[in-house]
Amino acid sequence: MFAFVVNRMLQAIGVMLVVALVAFVISTYVGDPINNMVGQEATHEDRAQLRKDLGLDDPAPVQFGRFVADALQGNFGISYQMKRPVSRLIVERLPATLELVFVAAVIALALGVIGGVYTGLRRNAVSSRAIMTISLVGVSLPTFVIGILLIYLFAVLPKGCIHGFYLFGQLLFTCAELAAISLPSFGRGDTVDIGSWQSGLFTADGWRHLILPGITLSLFNLTLILRLVRSEMMEVLRTDYIKFARARGLTNRAVHFGHALKNTLVPVITIAGIQIGTLIAFSTITETVFQWPGMGLLFIQSVQFADVPIMTAYLVVAALIFVVINFTVDVLYAAIDPRLRADRAATGRA
Amino acid sequence: MSAGGLSAGGLRDRWARLRASDLYYSFRRSPTTVAATIVTLVFVLGAVFAPVLAPHTPFVPASIDINDAFKPPAWSEGGDWRYLLGTDNQGRDMLSTIMYGGRISIMVGFAAVALAMFIGILLGLSSGYLGGWYEAAVMRVADVQLTIPAILLALLIDGVARAILPANTKEDYASLVLVVAIGLASWPQYARVVRSATLVEKSKDYVAAARVIGVPSPAIMLRHILPNVLGPVLVIGTLGLALAIIAEATLSFLGVGLPPTSPSLGTLIRVGNDFLFSGEWWITLFPALALVILSLAVNLLGDWLRDALNPKLR
Repeated sequence: MFAFVVNRMLQAIGVMLVVALVAFVISTYVGDPINNMVGQEATHEDRAQLRKDLGLDDPAPVQFGRFVADALQGNFGISYQMKRPVSRLIVERLPATLELVFVAAVIALALGVIGGVYTGLRRNAVSSRAIMTISLVGVSLPTFVIGILLIYLFAVLPKGCIHGFYLFGQLLFTCAELAAISLPSFGRGDTVDIGSWQSGLFTADGWRHLILPGITLSLFNLTLILRLVRSEMMEVLRTDYIKFARARGLTNRAVHFGHALKNTLVPVITIAGIQIGTLIAFSTITETVFQWPGMGLLFIQSVQFADVPIMTAYLVVAALIFVVINFTVDVLYAAIDPRLRADRAATGRA
Repeated sequence: MSAGGLSAGGLRDRWARLRASDLYYSFRRSPTTVAATIVTLVFVLGAVFAPVLAPHTPFVPASIDINDAFKPPAWSEGGDWRYLLGTDNQGRDMLSTIMYGGRISIMVGFAAVALAMFIGILLGLSSGYLGGWYEAAVMRVADVQLTIPAILLALLIDGVARAILPANTKEDYASLVLVVAIGLASWPQYARVVRSATLVEKSKDYVAAARVIGVPSPAIMLRHILPNVLGPVLVIGTLGLALAIIAEATLSFLGVGLPPTSPSLGTLIRVGNDFLFSGEWWITLFPALALVILSLAVNLLGDWLRDALNPKLR
């Protein structure tokens, strides 16, 4: 186990070094930092002096070493566009993204497992078929289209009573009632400061703002987990120990949840862990649709304005999160399932 | 990995055999696939012949009338049968803008897949055949790249290109930047599949025979091995086309893709999104619907192709 963990850790560090190299190349060779710092009237000598003072004359390996040392201390330079330290911006924006990702992950995991167990147990029921068809549509809808649709259905239509074609709604509620239950479609709403962490999880308004972006971000992973749990359940239910459990006269409940579900959870945990990485990636899209003030929106704006320091910092931070998640999942997986430990350590060494 | 019926022979020969046998049969047997093919063909033909087929010329300023702006779809109240799907904020016919937009989306999608396929086949084939440290290096790069989701990489490449390009040429190169960004972000899948298929093929007798009679390595790779690894490449290429079209739409929607002057479906959705809150739903939802139907059809086609080319499922 120790060798396995060390091996994975070395791999993770290797990946981070490659990512740091890419970030270094981008931040050094894309755009001229001197041009972004001095005014129009700076002389050639001034520029050369500044270049020397900043160490931009040094050989590339020395500069790379300095870049890594700076990055380790959380120093990614100053945003061209916002004229503020990038690390401050990221620290401010990170809580919003993490809370959104957390809510989306909980929705995806809870509904995915429940739906997967249900459709796995009642394979041929009409309701199961309906869920599977809907989930197929969910997979093929791009994230931003889901966001737009949800905004239209739950924010625009009820609020405005527009077009009168929200007939179903109007039969049950009056326009005023509809406007009251319509959901907000941008921003985080009321937040509470906990130290430097701005949280929307402790106010009713914050939760109302989380619903639509949370569902949007979770939908793809929800369908993925649902399909995975369903196929795993169907697989496990065919095995001998389920037959024996039934023969022993255990209740359906004990067989389904105590025996079957328990054994589907290992692959689910692995996939779910890895999918948190994709949630962070796709939160850039969701945050843009809902104008959610998180790290992803910051990144999209930096791409729009070619703000290189933010782009490279986001790359490093996102890669770090992915690497940490992958590492944790690998180690957990090995801890849960000893068979994999032997296999993986062997292939890892080869 | 060699799919059944694809073991040897030239491209034309193989096509004839495929048409005569299983693949064509399984195609005919699956109504979903036939429907998906028809939908895809309608989109591709509509896109290719947009200048001929489109009822209006939305990007010729002289042909649009601002008085026709915000017309709802023809069948709803206040609609106009000249504009079947309504008009946008500048009085442009939605059906025509969707046809022209789809044209750009499909072109960028095809080009991005072609680029990813080219890089993937080149690196996968050569690394699988040559092996050694070169293979290890290529596969490590692919591994590292796969730790980061493709859409983030495409965004990053897009951002770097924007920083490098001078401001006034950004719009001219927008579609090229998108092709490069999406293509570079998605080559590892192709490289992995081609490499593993190459590893299988290179241990077969026909490759040994070719080597014995002195065929040079590049010729063995391109003429002997490549035709036999194309089956799986075709499958991920088809699924990749749907992904590339969605990726392009996503980037354009995020405002880092094609400019509103030459909009793709994603740009149309983004521009229309501003009018959603005032109730003009058709400006954004029709392009979105077109995007969803197109990507769904291509996806279904790819799924069918994967199953049809998989000998285990016969």
